[in-house]
Amino acid sequence: MYAQMVKSDGPSDAELSPEERAFQARIDAGEKIEPKEWMPEGYRKTLIRQIGQHAHSEIVGQLPEGNWITRAPTLERKAILLAKVQDEAGHGLYLYSAAETLGVSRDELFEKLHSGKMKYSSIFNYPTLSWADMGAIGWLVDGAAIMNQVPLQRTSYGPYARAMVRICKEESFHQRQGYSIMMKMARGTEAQREMAQDALNRFWYPSLMMFGPSDKDSVHSAQSMAWKIKMNTNDELRQKFVDETVPQAEYLGLTVPDPDLSWNEDRGHYDFTQPDWDEFFEVLRGNGPCNEERLGARVKAWDDGAWFRDGLNAYADKAAARRLAAKTAAE
Amino acid sequence: MPSLPDMTTPKVETLGGGTGVEQDPHVSDAALRAPFFDWLCRMGDNTLILSHRLSEWCGHGPALEEDIALANTALDLIGHTQMWLALAGEVEGQGRSADDLAYLRDVMTFRNVQLLELPNGDMARTTMRQFLFDAFHAALLEKLSGSTSLRVAGIAAKALKEVTYHLERSSDLVVRLGDGTEDSHARMQTTLDAFWPYTGEMFLGDDVDAAMAEAGIAPPPQDLRPEWDRVIREVLDEATLAIPERRADVHKGGKTGRHTEHLGYILAEMQFLQRAYPGASW
Ligand SMILES: [Fe+2]
Ligand SMILES: [Fe+2]
Repeated sequence: MYAQMVKSDGPSDAELSPEERAFQARIDAGEKIEPKEWMPEGYRKTLIRQIGQHAHSEIVGQLPEGNWITRAPTLERKAILLAKVQDEAGHGLYLYSAAETLGVSRDELFEKLHSGKMKYSSIFNYPTLSWADMGAIGWLVDGAAIMNQVPLQRTSYGPYARAMVRICKEESFHQRQGYSIMMKMARGTEAQREMAQDALNRFWYPSLMMFGPSDKDSVHSAQSMAWKIKMNTNDELRQKFVDETVPQAEYLGLTVPDPDLSWNEDRGHYDFTQPDWDEFFEVLRGNGPCNEERLGARVKAWDDGAWFRDGLNAYADKAAARRLAAKTAAE
Repeated sequence: MPSLPDMTTPKVETLGGGTGVEQDPHVSDAALRAPFFDWLCRMGDNTLILSHRLSEWCGHGPALEEDIALANTALDLIGHTQMWLALAGEVEGQGRSADDLAYLRDVMTFRNVQLLELPNGDMARTTMRQFLFDAFHAALLEKLSGSTSLRVAGIAAKALKEVTYHLERSSDLVVRLGDGTEDSHARMQTTLDAFWPYTGEMFLGDDVDAAMAEAGIAPPPQDLRPEWDRVIREVLDEATLAIPERRADVHKGGKTGRHTEHLGYILAEMQFLQRAYPGASW
């Protein structure tokens, strides 16, 4: 998802201390954990990794769509896209704030992103090549994000759960906007229909990768699920996504690029082809089509903005000193 | 955080405040048609081109809060563009929509001032340009709220609320960056010096402006100068920045379609889809 393959640090059951046992009991009872309350160090660290990766995904996720804002085909489409990408920046803000309640600053998390110590979702390392990609991203990528984030509204950590509630409202709006672009394209001219099909072809498997590899291979999932910071397995969510998306593609008159896709009556689900996991790991390793551009753009924005942030800070210091001086003079 | 309230743009005609052509005789006045159309394009092109430049920052801002604020300003200006250009199309009477005007005109029929088409450069340039224009824009919209054209007055009143906030924000940033570090101060002063020769164009009047003033639709641009001077002086003073001792009316012509080399590239990018796929609906 926006958080893929988050490593979790947890003790095995046998080693649980009385405090940890009580903590787990609260989670099992559906209680929310709040910032000032005791929590196991592993819970805190795992959450920082997950929320941080999610936050990074929101802001790196601005870039692929940002790529088309200046080329949006109408004023209305431009406004909608700009507002959408702006929402993603806002999601980043909420999430960095949620992470801050765990004792890590936004600047520290940025440093980890910029130095490559923290990741963002693999999906944002794919290029946006036509206007139809704006549709495909809203429909598929925001759609996949929703699959994961709706259950996370019930996650055990209070600030994270509350951030998710705000974010989910906007994400479903994004998905509808994306679908509306796809609809226009799929029902438009022949050239537009081709762009729409091509966008689906390129974004289908990368979207399936967003849920992360099968949980069979993940040692971290069980602990995260016990802590309720992961609510479903990757495979469950991927299946749910496919089941919901295939009929939407059919409605658009577009073909999902999977010749083996078929409805399985017994399972009550679609059977589908897994994405190329080698490609996924290569993208995580930095070898995706746009890794360098995406991270490079973020690092450049941060570095180029240093004088700006320094200027504002210097002014704030001066203003505070002036207020203090005025106050002292008055006394 | 603020975002677009819904997916569909409200009907631009109704946003203009008036309910129709009947109530605003200027809109169908054949004698006024040519200058009125031109003047409305000046309004809409200024906001269109500036919003375009601002939107280039999306995802690349120096801080998340600033990224969001730049997008907000751009969104406001896109909204103004939709209203001004829709009215321009209506006045012209040839069935051109706001999108037709934005996406299917060439450089020489664009009417924005040159200052707004200059590349973003760093945040000093983006911030200073915004401030210099906001001070003009707010003064103009304030006057336009009392326009004899009810349609113009309606759009202006709505836009003024937003632009008043733009001016507050850009003034505040100019002060903070001007009186920040040595580096931020130097960048702001250098930028102010570089932009100063473009500022005069905003206050140059011509036949179009005269016709608008005559009809009571818009003030002569030179009348806005004292208020602009006052705001600029006040803010720059607090920002510890010096008003350049250079001519202000050096780079001009945008209002009549004489632009810098930069506008062509903006249009090449902005109009690409409309040009490459004529007649498609998006
Ligand atoms: Fe988001
Ligand atoms: Fe989104």
